[in-house]
Amino acid sequence: MSKLRYLENVTTLKLNRDVCVGCGMCLNVCPHAVFVLVRNKAVINDLNRCMECGACAVNCPVAALSVKAGVGCASAIIYGWLTGKEPSCDCGGGSDCC
Amino acid sequence: MRWGLGRERYRVAPGVYAVGTPNDRSPVLISANYKMSFDILRRSLDGLDAWILAIDTKGINVWCAAGKGTFSTREIVHRVKSCALERTVSHRTLIVPQLGAPGVAAQQVKHDCGFSVVYGPVRAMDLKAFLAADMHATAHMRQVTFSTLDRLVLTPVELTSMLKPALWATLALFIGGGIGPDLFSFATAWNRGTVALGSLLSGIIAGAVAVPVLLPWIPGRAFAFKGALFGLLVSLLMLTGIGTSSSLPENLALLLALPAVSSYCAMNFTGSTTFTSPSGVEKEMRYAIPGQLAALLLAGACWIGAAF
Ligand code: SF4
Ligand code: SF4
Repeated sequence: MSKLRYLENVTTLKLNRDVCVGCGMCLNVCPHAVFVLVRNKAVINDLNRCMECGACAVNCPVAALSVKAGVGCASAIIYGWLTGKEPSCDCGGGSDCC
Repeated sequence: MRWGLGRERYRVAPGVYAVGTPNDRSPVLISANYKMSFDILRRSLDGLDAWILAIDTKGINVWCAAGKGTFSTREIVHRVKSCALERTVSHRTLIVPQLGAPGVAAQQVKHDCGFSVVYGPVRAMDLKAFLAADMHATAHMRQVTFSTLDRLVLTPVELTSMLKPALWATLALFIGGGIGPDLFSFATAWNRGTVALGSLLSGIIAGAVAVPVLLPWIPGRAFAFKGALFGLLVSLLMLTGIGTSSSLPENLALLLALPAVSSYCAMNFTGSTTFTSPSGVEKEMRYAIPGQLAALLLAGACWIGAAF
């Protein structure tokens, strides 16, 4: 649903256009259509829709993308704050949350 | 099955499965071994001939498993090798669900086992069209949606996760409710405790069910804000509806506590959405949690004070 938008200017997504080879992989994996290809290079078209899933960065063949991917559960972040570790989902084995 | 309890049983054994009568040129689709998604995949391929390679994600769905690292490059490579997939098919292509992409590095899979990764559509129901179009996904097939129905089916998970904190809160409310001029009274504990429990439950329902479902129609971007706003509305409605016998501090306590609870529950729903970024969630929590705590403490003080 394109109408649902979250906070602006918080995402950690960065694209280094000098390195990009225009393979289009990031366009394939991004679930929010953040990228478009312009003259054979990726361009960030809608930065604020990025949910920091990390798919683009791990699948870019030339490491032109970086993003601090992580889990977005509030409880995981609280856990991270309290223990000083990376937030992790404690929702257990077969759960749908996180 | 969406209640978040006892899902352990809903797994399929990892390995190769046939749909129809596939041969060595039939497509290979990778699946998590979460039974519900596996069955949906199999049903959406009905009428076609294909192979499904179920990898071991500990019975978790693709999206979560990719985030947790069980739906991963390593597991795919391991499963392809241990099932000797290169002897089952003559081509060298794997169709991986797009939502698994955060856990899979396509170039690494190719390097480690010789199979190229093609990302399939987000929704299994688009698979037939995707295969018919020579494995090309339209822009629409690549985007996740988050419909009212999607949000509604997630609310039971939210409610279950609130169960434990709610039980402790209930205990605290009944103990706090009994405190008064004569130290502790069971009768007042019962009377005031049940009223408070009603407010607590209203706050949880508001934040964990109503806000997720009404998400696009509640103003604001931050979930904690949406929760607080909706909680305030509910508490105002409750006051106009019933608040005849309650005192001013008690009303104040309700106006503070219910939005705080609702705000906290709504904030927790960020973990279930398909569009919130961890950086954003952390940002809103930085100002929301102190606010929620302050409101709860103040509410507690008003409420206990009202007994004297
Ligand atoms: S991190 Fe995910 S949502 Fe953000 S741009 Fe990359 S693929 Fe898209
Ligand atoms: S995946 Fe990397 S190289 Fe390919 S288009 Fe995107 S940024 Fe450019």
